[in-house]
Amino acid sequence: MTEFLQQLINGLALGSILALIALGYTMVYGILRFINFAHGDIFMLGAFAGFYLTPKIAAIFPTPSILSGLLVMGISMAICAALGIVIERFAYRPLRRSPRLTVLITAIGVSLFLEYAGQLFFGAAPKKFPALIPSYPITHVGGLSVTSNQIIVFIVTALLLVGLRFIVQKTKIGTAMRALAFNPDAAALMGINTDVVISFTFALGSALAAAAGILFAVNYPAIDPLMGILPGLKAFVAAVLGGIGNLPGAALGGIIIGVTETLVAGYISSTYRDAIAFGILILILLVKPSGLLGKKEIEKV
Amino acid sequence: MKIWRGQFVAGAAVLLLAGCNKPSGESAANSDVIKVGEFASLTGSEATFGQSSHKGTQLAIDDLNAAGGVLGKKFQLLTEDDQSQAGQPATVVRKLISSDGVVAILGEVASSRSLEAAPICQENKIPMISPASTNPKVTEVGDYIFRVCFIDPFQGTVMANFARKTLKLQNAAVLVESSSDYSVGLAKFFKQRFIADGGKIVAEENYSHGDKDFSAQLTAIKAANPDGIFVPGYYTEVGLIALQARQLGITVPLFGGDGWESSALVPIGGKALEGCYFSTHFSPDSTAPEVRNFVKEFEAKYHETPDAMAALGYDSAMILADAMKRAGTTDGPKVRDALAAAKDFSGVTGKITIDANRNASKPAVILEIKNGQFKYVETVAP
Repeated sequence: MTEFLQQLINGLALGSILALIALGYTMVYGILRFINFAHGDIFMLGAFAGFYLTPKIAAIFPTPSILSGLLVMGISMAICAALGIVIERFAYRPLRRSPRLTVLITAIGVSLFLEYAGQLFFGAAPKKFPALIPSYPITHVGGLSVTSNQIIVFIVTALLLVGLRFIVQKTKIGTAMRALAFNPDAAALMGINTDVVISFTFALGSALAAAAGILFAVNYPAIDPLMGILPGLKAFVAAVLGGIGNLPGAALGGIIIGVTETLVAGYISSTYRDAIAFGILILILLVKPSGLLGKKEIEKV
Repeated sequence: MKIWRGQFVAGAAVLLLAGCNKPSGESAANSDVIKVGEFASLTGSEATFGQSSHKGTQLAIDDLNAAGGVLGKKFQLLTEDDQSQAGQPATVVRKLISSDGVVAILGEVASSRSLEAAPICQENKIPMISPASTNPKVTEVGDYIFRVCFIDPFQGTVMANFARKTLKLQNAAVLVESSSDYSVGLAKFFKQRFIADGGKIVAEENYSHGDKDFSAQLTAIKAANPDGIFVPGYYTEVGLIALQARQLGITVPLFGGDGWESSALVPIGGKALEGCYFSTHFSPDSTAPEVRNFVKEFEAKYHETPDAMAALGYDSAMILADAMKRAGTTDGPKVRDALAAAKDFSGVTGKITIDANRNASKPAVILEIKNGQFKYVETVAP
């Protein structure tokens, strides 16, 4: 029983990180109907921004501490947000009127560009991510172990989920985002500056990826330029599973994938881990093609 | 714009055709240098291995050329990066052989990638020497495939002996990278010997290349309560495994093979690795004159201490040059025969004798991680 509970905790910890990455994926898709395959690489850049910022912050504030953690995370999020705007401006905006497939292929190109440019600038060898947030093993109640980092990830994911929902549902820019998602041309006719809204969407998505990158690196402190590929893919799957475009769905999808993978690896075999996790995805999509919490889209004719 | 694009495409096509027209065999025979091909993981997840072995190989080539080369010709080392990715070795080795016309191939560290290149070298009758692929299957590909390192049965057996006799373990757990031929091989031979010596394997778990989260496997291992965990993986994952094991409250020692040896291991694993052990090919602390000389030259050239991969890279090029000298030619079949006959070749990783299966018979060393340093523990003869 202890082992099962521990596996459940492991799964929740892994799942909440996937959920955090999935939030960014799903938000950009929800607004722009576009899968930003470079999301996993922005996630990587967020981790590297943290890697280079931490020594600088540590020179001013005591590190590891919550304060320096928040500072590093805030600055990395800002850097990645700016980067997201730049990528959108130069890679995606010129293709605004092109078929969706063209943009998708470009996103894959941007993703490869970031991965290999990363290898060029950061080097290919894995780097140790510095201790940024103080880590305590909380407990050993009945032999269970949780680290403070795992709890932080869980809380941050929950907070960002609530924060994002607030931005999208209650603010002016959020209303504009939803208007754009509904009908870009009509939104432009109503006086919404679509370029600004799209840039903002990318900035927000990239900032989320940066936050996820840093929390991921704090939990798994070996970072390399290709670290975003697998988590990015799994987060994408999590977003689809929860219903792509739906924020709570992404969080739910992330948790389901994390827990399933951990239980399969712990009790069946890690060899079949991905096969079984993806098998479940196929089953769910067979029954509910729009994902667990996704809305049914009615094709207008 | 359209015209420019058309010109560009035409230009590219001409370049491609020119590339295809290049005669392949001719350049090798007539040239006044001996072209040796090397493929290595210079980038990607096992980059430090490829970088190290490449540095060692390059140093050997420089040393050989400084001494006048062999057969009156200097060596030219052509290095290709396989990015630590499956599929790449076949491509780059084919290029080295057919378009660059190399007479021998040196590489790779990882067994999976050596296994990809070996059939191509065999088919073209080009001798291939792997510096550090320890999986037995590598040289089984054919009679042109050699290695200068020991093989997994030996390494797995050495670690099983060490775990039973020196560490006095009764119950061991095994955590294997199931996607790696190297890791699976080492685990197999470790288990055989450990059980034969009266030990018990209480848990066996797998992970895949590139995994970051091992908490599920480690939780299952913890429940089995072993005295030690054998982790025959590569350094990136090993560092994270050690960290997560300690987080889960696992305090028993971890031990593994030469895949651990990297300057990147301790920075990632840190304190979690204290008191852990691994077997490898070479210790820079050795007092043998060849080793002292090699360490000195290496430090002068690269400003770092050589590791096992660098030493093996060095030996792979040196034994090739020695074989060419004895063969009196760079002709593939004759160099192959000379390599097969190598006996007591004095390398920096010990005395190398090539056995009937084209494997190197030589000693292993065991190192302990102490205060973040690799400390010599013992040498185990074949």
